[in-house]
Amino acid sequence: MSSEWPLWEVFIRGQHGLNHRHVGSLHAPDAEMAINNARDVYTRRNEGVSIWVVRSSDITASSPSDKGPLFEPSNSKVYRHPTFFDIPDEVGHM
Amino acid sequence: MYAQMVKTDAARVKSLDDMAPEERAFQERIDAGQKIEPKEWMPEGYRKTLVRQISQHAHSEIVGQLPEGNWITRAPTLERKAILLAKVQDEAGHGLYLYCAAETLGISRDEMYEQLHSGKAKYSSIFNYPTLSWADIGAIGWLVDGAAIMNQVPLQRCSYGPYARAMVRICKEESFHQRQGFDILAKMVKGTPAQRAMVQDALDRWWWPSLMMFGPSDDASIHSAQSMVWKIKQNSNDELRQKFVDQTVPQAEYLGLTVPDPDLKWNEKKGGYDFGEPDWKEFFEVIAGNGLCNAERLGARRKAWDDGAWFRDGLTVHAEKASARRAAKTAAAE
Amino acid sequence: MATAIIVEAAVDRAALFEFLLRMGDNALILGHRLSEWCGHAPALEEDIALANTALDLIGQTQLWLGLAGEVEGRGRSADDLAYLRDAREFRNLLLTERPNGDYGKTMMRQFLFDAWHYVVLKALRASSDARIAEIAEKASKEVSYHLERSRDLVIRLGDGTAESQARMQEALDDLWPYTGEMFVSETSDEPLGAAGMAPEPQSLKAEWDALVAEALSEATLKKPADGHMHKGGKRGIHTEHLGYILAELQFLQRAYPGATW
Repeated sequence: MSSEWPLWEVFIRGQHGLNHRHVGSLHAPDAEMAINNARDVYTRRNEGVSIWVVRSSDITASSPSDKGPLFEPSNSKVYRHPTFFDIPDEVGHM
Repeated sequence: MYAQMVKTDAARVKSLDDMAPEERAFQERIDAGQKIEPKEWMPEGYRKTLVRQISQHAHSEIVGQLPEGNWITRAPTLERKAILLAKVQDEAGHGLYLYCAAETLGISRDEMYEQLHSGKAKYSSIFNYPTLSWADIGAIGWLVDGAAIMNQVPLQRCSYGPYARAMVRICKEESFHQRQGFDILAKMVKGTPAQRAMVQDALDRWWWPSLMMFGPSDDASIHSAQSMVWKIKQNSNDELRQKFVDQTVPQAEYLGLTVPDPDLKWNEKKGGYDFGEPDWKEFFEVIAGNGLCNAERLGARRKAWDDGAWFRDGLTVHAEKASARRAAKTAAAE
Repeated sequence: MATAIIVEAAVDRAALFEFLLRMGDNALILGHRLSEWCGHAPALEEDIALANTALDLIGQTQLWLGLAGEVEGRGRSADDLAYLRDAREFRNLLLTERPNGDYGKTMMRQFLFDAWHYVVLKALRASSDARIAEIAEKASKEVSYHLERSRDLVIRLGDGTAESQARMQEALDDLWPYTGEMFVSETSDEPLGAAGMAPEPQSLKAEWDALVAEALSEATLKKPADGHMHKGGKRGIHTEHLGYILAELQFLQRAYPGATW
């Protein structure tokens, strides 16, 4: 026997109204215990109001070698950022 | 340090021009202060060195639970008991964060445990010394955590993302550890003569092992040079040791204690203390397994692991059963 | 706290003191037992989780014994009560001083205790003594989680491998005779019950029985018959284990009388 408990990624909502954030990982035999373990491991200092766990092996990640094609094209689309546009001072806040 | 004398497999430190294009690109990213993330290309030596360093660091955290754990049941007040338990629990947490960081490099926690239990992997020499009095608990917080922080703060900027992020969390949590140790001693030196004697005795026994935590001088070490190029080590052992002595001696004076080093002297010119050489023979004996507590520490870890096998297996099998039952129920409903 | 003082005057101060010692000593002795696991649990995640329960119990000890000292009115602090009483003056249930055994036995002891602790704290939240209600309010949030966790582990290990099931059944059979004491009334319980300050122990049994029976059935464990039940803890007649717990717990306070730490 002795197969290792699977690895889980833990996401915690720190305060009401914020997104869940990845805080780390842990081992647990199933999702329910992963939630309990996450509570005990990652909220010892009052850090959370909500926990998500997901099996690490269930995460599909973008490939590091695709970084160029995936993310660099958006560099050239500067018009998506408000600073691209000059608004005359007289117009006021926009 | 919590990771002492980590080997790199490097025969020499290569220059950029000596590197293949992939490795060169990797090194240039590190030089530019970028973080390396899991699954990105990295030299095998970098990966292996990190696994050694992070797992050694993790092992130190969990073996480090034991000397302090030795006094949880004897803590002198309810508050001290709670504080110490919370602190030792944090160390388990830090071990856990670090094991997880190492797991991103393609080694499992069980494999790392196996290396610890077989004696193949090392942990910090400091945890093979016995805790003989309550003042030792103060001394560990003050000196041992103090020395560890010297090393861990710069590691928050190390080149490997998961390790750096684990260190950020650890440093944040650990900020109370050194203070609680100092607080124990500050209270005791204001107490009875017996308590003051206990504190001095603790300093006498923990001072030199604390200086040894930084490891022998590594100014000439190829491994150290390679680790610095990879930015998984930021300062030399001597540099950190000097910083530690300079920071700690005034604190000892504040407590009214005598640092057990006849060669300790303020050096105006260098703006730091001159101090004696630790007994490196003792250090290498402890590393080789001959410290007073090596056998007990490893024995305790092995026992916890072996005795817990049925528990871990029981939960695994229950999870499989429950999952099969859920699947059968879903199938029946369809 | 004017109302509290009036209520207190209505009952025997000594009876209230006894009751508060029981609550505090249970938390102290069980918390101490759990803290023995620190660094030795079967998985890192469990080590951390169990320390959380121990920390909650130590915190509750400070509250219950602090109030006990206040009620007693002889200037004794929570620490004085924890560190300077001898075994005959301790009022914890015998169950809490049982040795840890393997991790399964520790979990079974925890579950049997948590189920009782949960039920008694729920009743105490409605205590006519505001100080008791306040402590119970805080403690029951903690204990709800303790129960969720210990119950879950008992079920999982009972319905796990053949070995884990056998170990849990053995733990249950071994600990069962120490559960009856939870529901035994002492003479001091009656006035507290009458004044609405604390429930009569017997009144908690039905809910405890239901909680335990449901979990054991899910755990595929066989509930032992209610045979002979040990008792004495609530009157200060303990097993031999308590003396050793105190020898360790109180070592520094006893070896260096009057020193502050």
